[in-house]
Amino acid sequence: MARRQDEMVPEAGFRSYYGQPVIKPPIWHEPHMPAYLYLGGLSGAASVLAATAHLSGHERLGAASRMAAFVGASAGSVFLVTELGRPERFLNMLRLLKFTSPMSVGSWTLAAHGGLTAIAAAAAVTPLLPAPMVSRILPGCLGGRVLPFIGDASAMASAVTGPIMATYTAVLLADTAVPAWHEAYRELPFLFAGSALASAGAVGMLSTPRAEAAPARASAALGAVMETAAGIVMESRLGLEGEPYRRGKAGLLMKASRVLTLGGGLLAPIAGRSRALTALSGLAITAGALCTRFGLLEAGRTSAADPRYTVVPQRERAEARRLTVVPDPAAPPP
Amino acid sequence: MAERMGFFTDTSVCIGCKACEVACKEWNDVPDDGFVFRATSYDNTGSLGADTWRHVAFIEQDGRWLMSSDVCKHCTQAACLDVCPTGALFRTEFDTVVVQPDICNGCGYCVPACPYGVIDRRERDGRAWKCTMCYDRLRGGMEPACAKACPTDSIQFGPLDELRERAEARVERLHADGVLEARLYGESPDDGVGGDGAFFLLLDEPETYGLPPDPVVTTRDLPDMWRWAGGAALTLAGAVAVSFLRVSFPRVPFLQASFLRRR
Ligand code: SF4
Ligand code: SF4
Repeated sequence: MARRQDEMVPEAGFRSYYGQPVIKPPIWHEPHMPAYLYLGGLSGAASVLAATAHLSGHERLGAASRMAAFVGASAGSVFLVTELGRPERFLNMLRLLKFTSPMSVGSWTLAAHGGLTAIAAAAAVTPLLPAPMVSRILPGCLGGRVLPFIGDASAMASAVTGPIMATYTAVLLADTAVPAWHEAYRELPFLFAGSALASAGAVGMLSTPRAEAAPARASAALGAVMETAAGIVMESRLGLEGEPYRRGKAGLLMKASRVLTLGGGLLAPIAGRSRALTALSGLAITAGALCTRFGLLEAGRTSAADPRYTVVPQRERAEARRLTVVPDPAAPPP
Repeated sequence: MAERMGFFTDTSVCIGCKACEVACKEWNDVPDDGFVFRATSYDNTGSLGADTWRHVAFIEQDGRWLMSSDVCKHCTQAACLDVCPTGALFRTEFDTVVVQPDICNGCGYCVPACPYGVIDRRERDGRAWKCTMCYDRLRGGMEPACAKACPTDSIQFGPLDELRERAEARVERLHADGVLEARLYGESPDDGVGGDGAFFLLLDEPETYGLPPDPVVTTRDLPDMWRWAGGAALTLAGAVAVSFLRVSFPRVPFLQASFLRRR
């Protein structure tokens, strides 16, 4: 009988089936899934940057951001498709539009965003090509007047799909039973948006002449501050469920991301004329954004693999309800 | 729509014979999941997964054995079904939750979404698999293979309402017999998943059997999640707009940062 008593209150403070996980860990692979999260976010924020740059007359920054938005969306799609267990069936993603599935909403957003950014990028590179070549590919006035117009319209429209691209992935992670992800559903979108903005700013300032790069530098700094702030709030608000972000490999990645992102972000606006400092800042931000994504996946895996993170909060919830809802039959009536 | 069908697994009479595991594999042609000596108990299937649709848990306690045949809960509010982007997961006329293997593209989203850790991707063929409550047998008017094979009627199959009544009576009976630890798990339509289509009678806390004590379908919070994401998306757009503001500051050396200067 004594042993039964021990079992009731084991050292770890919770019980489980031989320490096995209760939920299944996310099966998404590295580098596919974190790479997609980075590229999708980059593309989303870059398209907003491109549209705003066009409106304010920063044409070089606008063109560079259009290219970044296009490359991010298309390279991201490749990672997304190869991540599937049955890549040849990727079009099944568009069989229906399901609002209860962030992945369905995301697939449609990506399809629209990918198309828009491709047109916008095509319009941006056409003027750089030799005129005879353009007129051979595009008939008549298409290259001269129509394409730039459609390109600008697409760039503006991608400023609507862009912010969704940069944030839906946070909902994608949060809408799972993984405690570290689900409990963080308030902060994750801000973390993703900040990181995406910093990434797009970094690419913008690396690929644009200094005279036009000021908004990109400002974006990089603002994004870095936003990501850091969201990360700090998240880790301080989450109790036990936030532990995977602080421990082990995920903890190292999240810390590296914090240092690189904030360091790079704060360096961005003051790097000024120095090419070397600008490059350092842009690369640090990019590395930081990648660390964030790999760290998030790793934290999710840890959080799912240890039954403690599933059982303890649920047990507390169940106990609290039992104590409040079910009145003690022995208690005198009020 | 036919009546809602379900399983009531009464673990108090389970003898751990694994007839259910075998019957399930035979009928559904579920591939080998490895014959592993786990060195913890008589359990060699470990947990539910793509190739294990019934899993008998063995818990050796002082003076007694706990044995329980676990299965997909066929949740009323099923997270796997909610998040499936292709519609491969669907709700049948029996109110069960089934994957259509010809549609699933192996995106893997259902896997971490399930609060019970049931569904998994079979890496050999890239698709998600789990218990179908023998959808084919049900359509043919037969009971699922596991329930049919169970020699002690630990696995009972039938209309869910009927099973719930039977389960209540069984718990009362056990309590009267002095088995005070008997309790139902997943029977209440008010729980975090709206009640399980496959529920259990347990003799200890659910977590002892590897079951979550208070599972919640996370899509419940989805509107709230989208609202926070919307806020973040607007903040992103706002931050970009702010980045393009050309603010002119008095010529304080400290504020000579290039992005603050009027061009
Ligand atoms: S237990 Fe898991 S796999 Fe089964 S219906 Fe519920 S959410 Fe889906
Ligand atoms: S793996 Fe298959 S069943 Fe699961 S969510 Fe993706 S498409 Fe649906």
